[in-house]
Amino acid sequence: MGTLRGRLLPPVLAIAFSALLCTVTLMVSGANPASGIAAMVTQVGEGSVAVDIVNSAAVYYLAALAVAIGFQMNLFNIGVEGQFRVAAVTAAIVGAAIDLPAGLHAVVVILTAAVTGALYAAIPALLKITRNVHEVISSIMLNAIAAGVIALLIREDMFGELRGSNIGTHTIPESGWVGGIGFGDRGTLFGLVFLVLVIGVGYWVMMNRTRFGFELRASGESPTAAAAGGVNARRMILVAMLMSGAVAGLVAMPELLGRDHTYLITSPAGYGFTGIAIALLGRNHPGGIALGALLWAFLDKSSLALDNVGVPKEIVTIMQGSIVLSVVIAYEVVRRVELRAERRRVGRQLGANGGGTGNGGATPAAATAGGAS
Amino acid sequence: MRRMRGVALTAIALTGALSLVGCAKDTGGGKSPSGGTAAGQGCKLSPKPDVPATAATSSTTPEKVDGSALKVGLAFDIGGRGDASFNDAAVSGLDRARAEFGIKPENVKEVTASPNEDEAAKQTRLRQLAQDGFNPVIGVGFAYAEALKAVAPQFPNTRFAIVDATVEGAPNVTPLVFAEEQASFLVGVAAAYKSKTCRVGFVGGVETPLIQKFEAGFVQGAKAAAPDIKIEKKYLTRAGDFTGFQDPEKGNQAARGQIDAGADVLYHAAGASGKGVFSAAKSGNALAIGVDSDQAKQPNLADVKDVIITSMLKRVDVAVFDLVRAVARNEVATLPKTFDLKVDAVGYSTTGGKVDDIKDVLDAYKAQIVTEKIKVSDKPGK
Repeated sequence: MGTLRGRLLPPVLAIAFSALLCTVTLMVSGANPASGIAAMVTQVGEGSVAVDIVNSAAVYYLAALAVAIGFQMNLFNIGVEGQFRVAAVTAAIVGAAIDLPAGLHAVVVILTAAVTGALYAAIPALLKITRNVHEVISSIMLNAIAAGVIALLIREDMFGELRGSNIGTHTIPESGWVGGIGFGDRGTLFGLVFLVLVIGVGYWVMMNRTRFGFELRASGESPTAAAAGGVNARRMILVAMLMSGAVAGLVAMPELLGRDHTYLITSPAGYGFTGIAIALLGRNHPGGIALGALLWAFLDKSSLALDNVGVPKEIVTIMQGSIVLSVVIAYEVVRRVELRAERRRVGRQLGANGGGTGNGGATPAAATAGGAS
Repeated sequence: MRRMRGVALTAIALTGALSLVGCAKDTGGGKSPSGGTAAGQGCKLSPKPDVPATAATSSTTPEKVDGSALKVGLAFDIGGRGDASFNDAAVSGLDRARAEFGIKPENVKEVTASPNEDEAAKQTRLRQLAQDGFNPVIGVGFAYAEALKAVAPQFPNTRFAIVDATVEGAPNVTPLVFAEEQASFLVGVAAAYKSKTCRVGFVGGVETPLIQKFEAGFVQGAKAAAPDIKIEKKYLTRAGDFTGFQDPEKGNQAARGQIDAGADVLYHAAGASGKGVFSAAKSGNALAIGVDSDQAKQPNLADVKDVIITSMLKRVDVAVFDLVRAVARNEVATLPKTFDLKVDAVGYSTTGGKVDDIKDVLDAYKAQIVTEKIKVSDKPGK
């Protein structure tokens, strides 16, 4: 999988396949696929859509990164959803309650979110290392608990306030806002998009250039080998989950500090699950995740245009689902094709070195077996 | 296969119902349907209120309205056209306006929200409608409140409207809010009159301020009619978890719990979860009250319509129609601040004839509310 082709081919294949699938679906349902795609592409140039895509991608990027940190260690943190929501509501409450100078205020809110996310992720981590409870089970249950915690915290007699027919936390004072780059009618780019970039670079450096990152990946690929090499597996699980939770805690920050300034009961949920899909799409690579997040955000935001040309915009959900499904398959297919090519190459070299015809005969058989398994 | 099972289930249910009827006959009646504690006499009822002098009905002149130049945009919350509830009510108001005012089909646009979308998506949707010259632009659902606050000031010449919310600081946003508590009061009275166990139930979808208005009115109405009445209350999910509106199984569980506790008339304000409340009422031999639209008439509820004694009506269609007419005639300021009993934008349904015997009582209470002799609070008491 080291080759560039092996990295890029699967996502491209997956996107092409899902586009094809959607085209067929649209044609079967009687809509015009060409006008739908054209509407989606031209939508990017409309109003604030381009900026919205980048803003949304930044949010998705954080969610996917949180999931990816767990994936590197073979931990499936399905609880990013709950971690980010609990962190968002806690940060919103703290942000509205404190009064600090501009700048510092926002920093405190962001740190609160990261710490809350990490603490909420610590529960499944501790359960796993002490009681061996699988993190998927515990964290998905904590997602449901998170919904209850939020409903409790946001109550009027707790920290919430009535906003018409809606309930939300009190508004964060202006000193806690993070300004963005305004493009007039084209929208406002969240200032925290740059923090997201920094986190992405930091993730890459940590994974590829530090001893810790090496140990993390090693524990993920082979826990026994890592243990033999002196890596404390329990400590790695705890640290990986805490980091995953801390990044998850930041997910809602761009929207909270850059636009909404309050957490409403109608504030969006589901980013945690989107993050899982994007982490799969981007193969846990910081660059791959960035492209995946942009693609996802593009599909989400430009789908608003589909209503205008009479194409049901649910088609985008089909497209997103089929992209994830086919990217997983495509990676596997490409991996096997490359494996076969490699075997053939090795076989040829052995044959050239005078290994006899026996080897040459065995190679295709092995390849077939590999392809069928 | 599925149909076969449905037939079988219906058969079983029918047999069950028949045998129960038989039992009731054998014991000479008087047994409470759920086997509850009280005798079959029901509650001690308050005396029927006096009917005040007939309230002046606002005379609507059937003046011809020309809407051929009107472009109407409708932005739905999740669900959209075909949800057999809230959104469809808005659709039917718009359809009526279209037919009566001659609005051209190409000048009407409906767009729908996706689940879990962020504020930016809602803003873009509204902005696009306004940019394309739609006027009025109607946000169906309080979820559009924050987005309208941001978008409306950018289009000062466009008339926006929002159902179920008010947007402060934006004079070009017309609120279309309802007095749900008033109509809920009336169905609360009906529940008290129809209960044989002197115990009724309320099933709310999600514990939000909006649904609490339904609870508040229902409780006050039931207590006004029968001060001793016991009321079971249950919300399916907490604020923030909107699955409570889409989970008939949860509705069924909650309703069954209330029936087991002795309640025999259940009122639901739980969207699609209400289907579960109706089926629990049917199998538990209790009665039920629908919400928002005349649910006894809904095709997908045909199998339970015999337990639906009435429905609390929230005429989103009336509000949408009135708004479109007001915009066409350029008299938005004359719209009622709250769509309430006085303008017949909320009320109760009589389909099935199961409340015909107490209609005079309900209308007396209605008159009391309209003349403000009874004030219904929109917040549940502690």
